[in-house]
Amino acid sequence: MSLKFEARREIPRWLVYGTPLLAIALTILSGYLLFMILGLNPGSTLYIFLVSPLETQFGLAELAVKGGPLILIATGLAIGFRANVWNIGAEGQLTMGAIFGAGVALAFWGDEGVWILPLMFVAGALGGMLWAAIPAFLKTKFEVSEILTSLMLTYVAALVLSILVHGPWRDPDGFNFPQSRLFTEAAILPVILEGTRLHVGALVALFAAAAAWVLLTYTVTGFQIKVVGQAPMAARFAGFSQKGTVWFSLLLAGALAGIAGMVEVAGPIGQLTPQLTPGYGFTAIIVAFLGRLNPIGIVLAGIVMAISYIGGENAQVYAQLPQAATGVFQGMLLFYLLASDFLVRYRIRIQSAKPRREVATA
Amino acid sequence: MTDFLVLITVSIVIAATPMLFAAVGELVAERSGVLNLGVEGMMLIGAVVGFGVTMSTGSAILGIGSAALAGAALALVFAVLVLTLMANQVATGLALTIFGIGLSALIGAGFVGMPIAGLPKLDIPVLSTLPIIGPLLFQYDAMVYLSIALTVAVGWFLKYTHAGMVLRAVGESAESAHSIGHPVIGVRYLATMFGGAMAGLGGAFLSLSVTPMWAENMTSGRGWIALALVVFGSWRPGRVLLGAYIFGGVTILQLHAQGSGSTVGLPSQVFTMLPYLATIAVLTIISAGPWRGRFQAPACLGQSFRPSV
Repeated sequence: MSLKFEARREIPRWLVYGTPLLAIALTILSGYLLFMILGLNPGSTLYIFLVSPLETQFGLAELAVKGGPLILIATGLAIGFRANVWNIGAEGQLTMGAIFGAGVALAFWGDEGVWILPLMFVAGALGGMLWAAIPAFLKTKFEVSEILTSLMLTYVAALVLSILVHGPWRDPDGFNFPQSRLFTEAAILPVILEGTRLHVGALVALFAAAAAWVLLTYTVTGFQIKVVGQAPMAARFAGFSQKGTVWFSLLLAGALAGIAGMVEVAGPIGQLTPQLTPGYGFTAIIVAFLGRLNPIGIVLAGIVMAISYIGGENAQVYAQLPQAATGVFQGMLLFYLLASDFLVRYRIRIQSAKPRREVATA
Repeated sequence: MTDFLVLITVSIVIAATPMLFAAVGELVAERSGVLNLGVEGMMLIGAVVGFGVTMSTGSAILGIGSAALAGAALALVFAVLVLTLMANQVATGLALTIFGIGLSALIGAGFVGMPIAGLPKLDIPVLSTLPIIGPLLFQYDAMVYLSIALTVAVGWFLKYTHAGMVLRAVGESAESAHSIGHPVIGVRYLATMFGGAMAGLGGAFLSLSVTPMWAENMTSGRGWIALALVVFGSWRPGRVLLGAYIFGGVTILQLHAQGSGSTVGLPSQVFTMLPYLATIAVLTIISAGPWRGRFQAPACLGQSFRPSV
């Protein structure tokens, strides 16, 4: 008996959207085994990880608080990934967006005005775009790999943030803690649901995903991105600009990551701190793939990953599991997802070496 | 003064060695056509396994060996995904790094803050006691010499052996190599796992010798810098060695500048940025200069291969 793989001529849609579910199931199964190896009660630990985040209103609101930035960033990244632009420095773009947004909040500290928050959004987007423009410039001008430059800039952004909160932007009344002043009312995103941390940022994320869906489905730009990514040669013949696509997708991803960073500081955090996120910029890469680089899929995937974050926090409290366990889950999920893509592209045939009749009698 | 210069040189060599291990390993994988962006994750696993095994068995050799095996095991996962299941190499490499960061932190949760004796320094009669030359060349621990020996061995292997030629052929033109009967996928499996083992060794050197301890994320981007070094060294071991020592120099310069930074009035973080900014600068110079045509990546780098028959 042997296995034979045939490339599928047509890819069934149910497989494209079904395999992420398979990957999630396999990840949960592996988690069960991992917890057993670690000497934990696998059933109750999995319950803490997966179900406990959904049990309270607070938990459900947290899904949107954590899913929001993931969806925002992943939407931008997915457009780049479609065009074969590998921006993996979203975490740095997020940090810069947070810095720029916080800059506005601190400059107008104590002021009132409905224009402060919109200005912070613009500043956040600009900060992220500025940081993404560096790899875009180096890629289009000198053909430097955006993978390495965007990632290196993530470390640089974290250090810029560290300089600011340890130095010029440190709260003068903050007992020397490395953090900025708490933003005043006018620079804080309004809470939608009383008693939770759910704020306007979640709506912004949904709006961005919807806009990206329209862009990809109905516009020439969206078509151009797909062609540049899937058939660079055809794109060249069609006169689609490779460089233009690199600029567009990096700036867009930078702007969305920057807004995500601004939304974090103006939402749940309320000030600038040295550690802004538990690595949303990197997790968003997984969200983008889990959502099949499709904005609607990304919204669902963002919620799934938000569960893993909240579950990880709960597991830290109730099962003394290190925070890092979340990363193991997320990495495994991406592994399984990439592996299951094989099922999408190839049909597996089982061939018996012997004629059928003999197998039946054996 | 001489003492100071010797001290600086020695610290540069030590700072460069983890990146040298990882970069030479990645070079072999890339020459066979496989781009593994999981170096950071494999180094971290090497670091935590090397530390843990050395601490619990008391044998550094066992620790170092296990670190290499652990790195290779992680690379095997990567290889199955990209070589057998033909997953996208960039995405899979990123998954490997995310997974490696998480798994190493999970394994190492109990090791944080534990002390360990660093690797013993070499003590060769006569040679090690020579003035200047002794401390400069003959007082490192064995892994420093191992890293240089492996770099030379890889250079020799790629240039002068038949197997090395096959490996390069697989990376340059998988289709042709396959048609004259070379096992493309098999060669790539071995090259990828060698890369993983080397990244594991680099990680173990970090947690056993450079800073004898375990801390979450202790590689802080060295794996990514190793990836940049392969480009910087234009896929040649000798140049990668040179690049690693230059970056070791930047790291040490950064540490010393931090020490004296207060006199200049700059925050210490400005100096910590140096290695990352240097990486960007170096990549740009390599790609922008008049020599750009001469630094070609292996033609099949990052592409999946599926034998047509």
